[in-house]
Amino acid sequence: MKKITITLRLNGELREVDVEGSDLLLDVLRDKLGAKGPKYGCGSGDCGTCTVLVEGQSVRACIVLAAEVDGQEVVTVEGLAREGIPALQASFVARSAFQCGYCAPGVMITATELLRRTPNPCREEVQEAIAGNLCRCTGYDPIIEAIMAVARPNEEV
Amino acid sequence: MDPLQVVGASPPRIDELEKVTGAAQYVDDIEFGPNLLHVEVVESPHAHALIKRIDTSAAEALPGVVAVATGKDFPYKFGLYMKDRYIFAQDRVRFIGEQVAAVAARCPKVARRAAKLIVVEYEPLPAILDQMQAFAEPDELIHPDLGAYSHVPWFYPQAETNIAHWRKIRKGELDKGFAEADVVLEDTYRVSRVSHCCMEPHIAVAQVDHAGRMTVWASSQSPFTQRNIFAEAFAPLGFSHKNVRCVTPYIGGGFGGKAGVTMEIIAAAMAIKAPGFPVKVRWRRDQEFYNTYQRQAVVTKLKIGVKKDGAITAFEMANYWDAGPYVEYGANVVNSSGLSATGPYSIPNIKIDSYCIYTNLPAAGPYRGFGYSEMLFGVESHLERLAKMIGMDSAALRMKNGIKTGQPLSYGAGMNESDIQQCIDRVAKAIDFGTKEVSPDPNKVIGKGIASCWKGPAMPPNASSSAFLKFNEDGSLNLLISGMDMGQGLLTVMAQVASEVLTVPVDQIRVEMPDTDRNPYEWQTVASHVTWGCGNAVLKAATDAKEQIYTLMERAFGHRREDLYLENQTVKNRTLPDFALPFADFVITGVILEDGTFRGGPIQASGMFMPEFMSTKCDPETSQGGHPNPHYTVGAGGVVIEIDKETGKIRVLKVAEGFDCGKAINPELVRHQIIGGFLQGLATAIYEDMRFDDQGRQLNPNFTDYKIPTSLDIPDEIIPIIVETAQSDGPFGARGVGEHTMIPVAPAIANAVEDALGIRFKSIPITAEKIAMALKNGLTEVE
Repeated sequence: MKKITITLRLNGELREVDVEGSDLLLDVLRDKLGAKGPKYGCGSGDCGTCTVLVEGQSVRACIVLAAEVDGQEVVTVEGLAREGIPALQASFVARSAFQCGYCAPGVMITATELLRRTPNPCREEVQEAIAGNLCRCTGYDPIIEAIMAVARPNEEV
Repeated sequence: MDPLQVVGASPPRIDELEKVTGAAQYVDDIEFGPNLLHVEVVESPHAHALIKRIDTSAAEALPGVVAVATGKDFPYKFGLYMKDRYIFAQDRVRFIGEQVAAVAARCPKVARRAAKLIVVEYEPLPAILDQMQAFAEPDELIHPDLGAYSHVPWFYPQAETNIAHWRKIRKGELDKGFAEADVVLEDTYRVSRVSHCCMEPHIAVAQVDHAGRMTVWASSQSPFTQRNIFAEAFAPLGFSHKNVRCVTPYIGGGFGGKAGVTMEIIAAAMAIKAPGFPVKVRWRRDQEFYNTYQRQAVVTKLKIGVKKDGAITAFEMANYWDAGPYVEYGANVVNSSGLSATGPYSIPNIKIDSYCIYTNLPAAGPYRGFGYSEMLFGVESHLERLAKMIGMDSAALRMKNGIKTGQPLSYGAGMNESDIQQCIDRVAKAIDFGTKEVSPDPNKVIGKGIASCWKGPAMPPNASSSAFLKFNEDGSLNLLISGMDMGQGLLTVMAQVASEVLTVPVDQIRVEMPDTDRNPYEWQTVASHVTWGCGNAVLKAATDAKEQIYTLMERAFGHRREDLYLENQTVKNRTLPDFALPFADFVITGVILEDGTFRGGPIQASGMFMPEFMSTKCDPETSQGGHPNPHYTVGAGGVVIEIDKETGKIRVLKVAEGFDCGKAINPELVRHQIIGGFLQGLATAIYEDMRFDDQGRQLNPNFTDYKIPTSLDIPDEIIPIIVETAQSDGPFGARGVGEHTMIPVAPAIANAVEDALGIRFKSIPITAEKIAMALKNGLTEVE
């Protein structure tokens, strides 16, 4: 199989990697670039455990080809705490919001994207934003509470 | 007694930071190096067929393929409670998706290509997809050799039938009981199959090194049970317990689906075929649906008699469980729920038959609730109807019959300390049960429903837990257990138990995940028993450490142990106000005496717990005489729902759930179990449903066609209620509550639907479509 070389900025660092045209972004991130945060959950974009930011937008890494992110910026959950634990993650810790934690890397990415766009979301906006991140353990309420707790009033963008 | 400091408080989970930062390592996150092999499985396309021929030659010749295996390589049975399945199908396949052969290759793409090159010839047999047919027409046998299978002594397989186990309960005089009743109601209820849907699909990596030692890293609730099953299954090849090691890092959900052994044994087998290589089997989402465990479907025939005052006089029930073709675990679901099928009620005259029936749908097994959700759907629906028939408030009927501490259970043993009446009463009050509410929207109606529940740990009478505890130089602790934290919060709760005894703050206690080479024995993390069982072991280990500290003070300083106490990681003496020795000064180094010698040394402790009062010995014709369950946790749930009459869609306005968990060691985590368990229960009540075609192929093995709840599907308000009637043999009075939170949901919803619409649904799921169609057709009952 013919290999192509792609370049991406992963969690702030410029990385070069050889991929096959059919390689999925999720597999390349995990197996070739060492970013194990995004997880395999369904392989069809339904569950959101593989969510990463590409150019600031959340995408499902299990249904994106690695070749598509050539030249782009990718952020996984590992990239969120490079300069200390952000308030969002601290809020989840304080509330023991996750149970098994398998959905957490995807939820953290989606919530980060939400709060960048809408620093002061209402509860319904939070529910809407994370509706693509399935969680079987928590019943979502603790997750919503943790996000709402760091919503910043009067900073609507 | 000193007031509790840490038990009953809600410190944050000690594993949460790892989970929010992506640091938490699951099996698939572990690096196994460039020799890692990937496995693809060849699956049966037939629900029931004989295997005539398998040709693997083309697959073996494909470059990159390292090993190929079929049933002939491993003619060994395995199973937890009954050895009725093989690692790969032998001469016969029994469900669509069953593993027939497997390929291990250098890359997943090559493994997939190779698997397609394996030729299997089948001779199809009639498939039995309905348990009532399998029960009624025994001329087609799914296991012709059932009579020869080995099983635990409390199973009663019926040779030459498809009945893998038949649990009977007989108590009192049934006819007399029905004669005494003022009202008798008889009906049939149905519960369909559902799937656990852990976010992390099953995964196992196995390696057999060239010295013959097997290590299996798996996403599992049961590391020691897995080790035992692997060692037993592969004993003919020379494996022993000493040379099998099971490691379980964090797991992405369990819900019963990762108990025992399912696909993990394929990884172990392929590792035997490819010595030296780590071999990974990772289920795709569709395989996760059809080739792990599913929750069994059940048909419940129920007849209950009550007096006008609400007293239940007679209870007759037959449960027909669709257990799939392998019941090595699932038969115990039938057994356990069969022993407790009355629900949390004291009833004088009882006849219950629970049949575990082989079918050619995928294998079913343990699922959060272990059968109780399914059988109580019928019981709690029935009681609601009976209450209406005698004009009684159904909460009052439940409280009147609710079993009290010391009253005899249906098999004779006495009920443990508990307060079902308080659970029902507080739940009913929380939703203002009995008061009608009207929706401001004329297209919507509001209904209320409640249901009681109970559940006891289903475990062998000698299932035990143990704990090791070791101090570090700075006075912090490492606690080694083999109970799994699959999300419920066990690590934190066990740290709280140790903290309470030793005054080491929870955030200075690391609780280690299981590794059977390092951590002490635990039967497995199922049955909502580990807060109780593992908690007892940790309590004993912590107490052992405390006694060691006191003994050291006696030896080194001549203190009297009754004067000693622990406070803030320091040992103190009530008679010597100036004496305060921090743990950091002695728990590793020991204490120095005036002559320069030392006393003591590293403090390390252990604890073990086995419930020595349990017994499964009983009269098989009546089940009288044993003590098969250690205790029950009782509870109740109530809902207020709003139904859109045009679409049939249900919205949950309010939920109250109350459980008597003895003592909530971490009330916040109990609240989280209630919130999460309710939503899981709600989905089984109103939409989750595994659908199969007429050949036995699952039609919806993905999240597009099998919906699980999203953040948009949650109730508007949840009221958690914790009742605490101490369990005298539990750690600080605690008993389990993990599974229970989803058990009352389905009947509470069905009862609320009837309250809102006057339509009695006798099966779940009660989908929006079914409600809309029933309204359109003017039905008052839906089968």
